[in-house]
Amino acid sequence: MINKELFLGDEALAQGAIDAGLSGVYAYPGTPSTEITEFIQHKVVKERLPIHCRWSSNEKTAMEAALGMSFAGKRALVCMKHVGMNVCADAFINSAFTGANGGLVVVAADDPSMHSSQNEQDSRFYGNFAFIPTFEPSSQQETYDMIRAAFDFSEQHQIPVLMRITTRMAHSRAVVETRSGRAQNGMHYPANTRQWVLMPGNSRVRYKAVLEGWDEYEKLAAKSQFNSYTDGADKSMGIIACGIGYNYVMDNFPGGCPFPVLKIAQYPLPKALVNKMAGECSSILVVEEGQPIVEESIRGVLPTPVKIKGRITGELPRMGELTPDNVRPALGLPVREAMEPSKLVVARPPALCVGCGHRDVYNALNEVLRGEYKGAKVFSDIGCYTLGWLPPFRALDTVVEMGASITMAKGAADAGQFPAVAVIGDSTFTHSGMTGLLDAVNEGANIVVIISDNLTTGMTGGQDSAGTGRFEKICEGLGVDPAHIRVVVPLPKNMDEIRNIIRQEIEHKGVSVIIPRRECIQTAKRHNAKKFSK
Amino acid sequence: MKKDIILSGVGGQGILSIATVIGTAALAEGLQLKQAEVHGMSQRGGDVQSNLRISSEPVASDLIPRGEADIIISLEPMEALRYLPYLSKEGWIITNTTPFVNIDNYPDTEAIMAELKGMKNVILIDVDAIAAAEGSPRVANIVLLGAAVPFLGLGLDKFEQGIRAIFGRKGDEVVEANIKALKAGWDYAQKNRK
Repeated sequence: MINKELFLGDEALAQGAIDAGLSGVYAYPGTPSTEITEFIQHKVVKERLPIHCRWSSNEKTAMEAALGMSFAGKRALVCMKHVGMNVCADAFINSAFTGANGGLVVVAADDPSMHSSQNEQDSRFYGNFAFIPTFEPSSQQETYDMIRAAFDFSEQHQIPVLMRITTRMAHSRAVVETRSGRAQNGMHYPANTRQWVLMPGNSRVRYKAVLEGWDEYEKLAAKSQFNSYTDGADKSMGIIACGIGYNYVMDNFPGGCPFPVLKIAQYPLPKALVNKMAGECSSILVVEEGQPIVEESIRGVLPTPVKIKGRITGELPRMGELTPDNVRPALGLPVREAMEPSKLVVARPPALCVGCGHRDVYNALNEVLRGEYKGAKVFSDIGCYTLGWLPPFRALDTVVEMGASITMAKGAADAGQFPAVAVIGDSTFTHSGMTGLLDAVNEGANIVVIISDNLTTGMTGGQDSAGTGRFEKICEGLGVDPAHIRVVVPLPKNMDEIRNIIRQEIEHKGVSVIIPRRECIQTAKRHNAKKFSK
Repeated sequence: MKKDIILSGVGGQGILSIATVIGTAALAEGLQLKQAEVHGMSQRGGDVQSNLRISSEPVASDLIPRGEADIIISLEPMEALRYLPYLSKEGWIITNTTPFVNIDNYPDTEAIMAELKGMKNVILIDVDAIAAAEGSPRVANIVLLGAAVPFLGLGLDKFEQGIRAIFGRKGDEVVEANIKALKAGWDYAQKNRK
C-alpha cells in the first residue's frame, strides 16, 4: 500500500525506520535531530507500536543502549545533532569493531551555518574515521527509502551505518510516498560473540576485518542505487554533488545540467566513479554541504592534471551552508538580479521568553555579582539560558559544550578564581554535569553551581528531562553537603531571598548547589491548555 | 504552475500553521512541494522564516534563490522587508501592519510603513484588528493567509478544505472560526488590491 504524506526530512526518516522494523530509538534532543524521536514517540502512542522510544540521558548512553539492542538481534536507531557525535564517539568508533547484529543506524544531523549550534562540524568525518559506511540522502523521499536500505545494509554486513543529514533536510517538508512495513526482528544473538569483547587479541583480528570491509563497502557504493553518474555534453567540468548539494546544482539547471554529474549519497567515496570523471573531464567541482571532506580526499597532496575546485580553492564558500545562490559562480552562472536589502531592517536575535525563570536567575545573579563581587566569573552551558549572554543580561563569561560549566568553574577555581559560578540547566546537568560535580566535591572546589531547573529540556521544545524530581538527591548522593543544596523559586517576588542565598553560598568555602526551580513557561502553557481542554 | 513563497515573522507568531495549511492544500491538489522551516534557537523571539515552494514539477532546492520569490507573507512589517532581496520584480508582499517590538533598536514604524507602501505590489493588512472584529484574536495568522490566497494560484475552496483537514479534530467551532478568518482576509485583499 502506498501513502503520500507531507513529511519533514526528520519525519520521513522516522517513518522509514518504523517501516524498516525498528525495535528501539535512543536519542538525546538536539536541533535539528529532535523531531525524529518525537515523531516515533507520537506514533508509538497513536498506533500502540511496541518500539522503545524514551529519551536517553545523553548521546553516549543512547549509542550504547542501541548497541545492546543490536547485539540482541533487533533493529535500533540512534539520533543526535552533530556535536552529539563527539559525546558518543567512544562508543560509536568502537562499534565498528564489535560490528552490529540487528541493524544499527546512527543518525547525525549536522547544522552548517550554525542555526542553532555552537560549532559547524561534518559528521561524515566520523564515518571515515571509524570505517563505518555513511549514507547521506539528498531528498525527503530518498531519506525515507534510504533508512530502510541502511538497516538492511547494516544487518547484511554486520556493521553499524552512519546516516548524515543536514538542517535543510531535517527541517524541510516534502511529499513522501511510504510503503508497507517490515516486521521487527525477534531476539537472536550473534553466532560469533568474540568480536563483542574488545580485548587486544580480539580487536587485532577484528581491525583487519574492518579494513577489509571498508574496501568491500567502497565497491558496493560504486554500484549503489543512491549514487549515480549522469553524463553531460560539456566536459570542461564534472561535478561531484554530495547529499543536498545535488539539489542546489540541479535547481540552477532547470533544463538539465550540461556537465557530467556524479551524485554521491553513499560512502566510502567510490574511487572508480571519481576516476571515471577525472578521465573524462578537465576539471572537477566538488559541491558538498559541510566541510571539504570529499574535495580533500580526491585532491591529495601532489598536483594532478585534473583541476579540482570546491570549498578549499574558493569557488565555493569555505564555511556555512550551500544555497542555490552561492553555488552559481562555481557553475559558471551569473549572480541573480535582486532587490537591494532594506536599510531599515535590524537584527532580531532570539531572547529568553517573557516570564521565564532563567531571567529571574540572571537578574539576581547580576545584582549580587556586579554590586559585590566585581571579579566574579560565570561559566555557563548549553540551553535556553545560553541566551543570558545577550543583552539585557550579559551575565556569562563562557559557554563551550554540554557540562563544561561545572568543570570549567572548578578549573578556574583551582587556578585561584573567586567567585567561580557555574550555571547549568537541569537536562544538561544529567547529560554531562554530574561527573564534573563529583570531581568538584572530591576536591572541595570553591564553586557555586546553579542548576536552573525548569523541569524540561527547553531549547529543543520541551522534552522530558532525565533527572526531574531528583536533583537534591543526586547532588547529595554525589557528596554535596545538604546544608549547601539550596532550592529557590525564581520569581521577582523572591528576589531578596535568592540574592541572600547566592551571597551565602559564594561565601561558603566549598561546593554549593543552588537549584532555582520553576516550570518552563512554554511547557506550563501546554500543560494548562491540556487541563483546560479536559 | 510554480509558486515560491517566503513566510516570515517573529518566533512564536505562528508562521508554521500558515505553511501547514498551504502545504495541505497543495498536497490535495497533487502538487510537488518543499518547505524549509526554522526550528530551535531562533524560535525564542528571533526572526523566523519559512521557504515554501509549490510546483507542478519536482522541486530540487529546499531554499528559494534570490530574486525568485513570488510572494512574501509576513506576520510582522519589518520582517517583510528583511527578505526583499528574495522577492522577484513582479512579486507581492502581503504583510501584517502591527509591529512586534521586542528589541530596543526597532526602527521608526512610520519609515517602515512608508517603505512598504512604496513597493510595487503590496497588501498591508491589520490582521489583529480583523481577527478581533471577527471575534477570535487567535486566528490572526489565518486572516493573513486569506489575504494572500488571491496570489497563491489555488482557489479559496482548496484552503477551506485544508483548514477542515487540519483543524477538524479540534471541533467545528475552531474550523468555522478559521474559515471565517480566511474569508475576511480574502475579502480585504480583493478590496485593497492596487
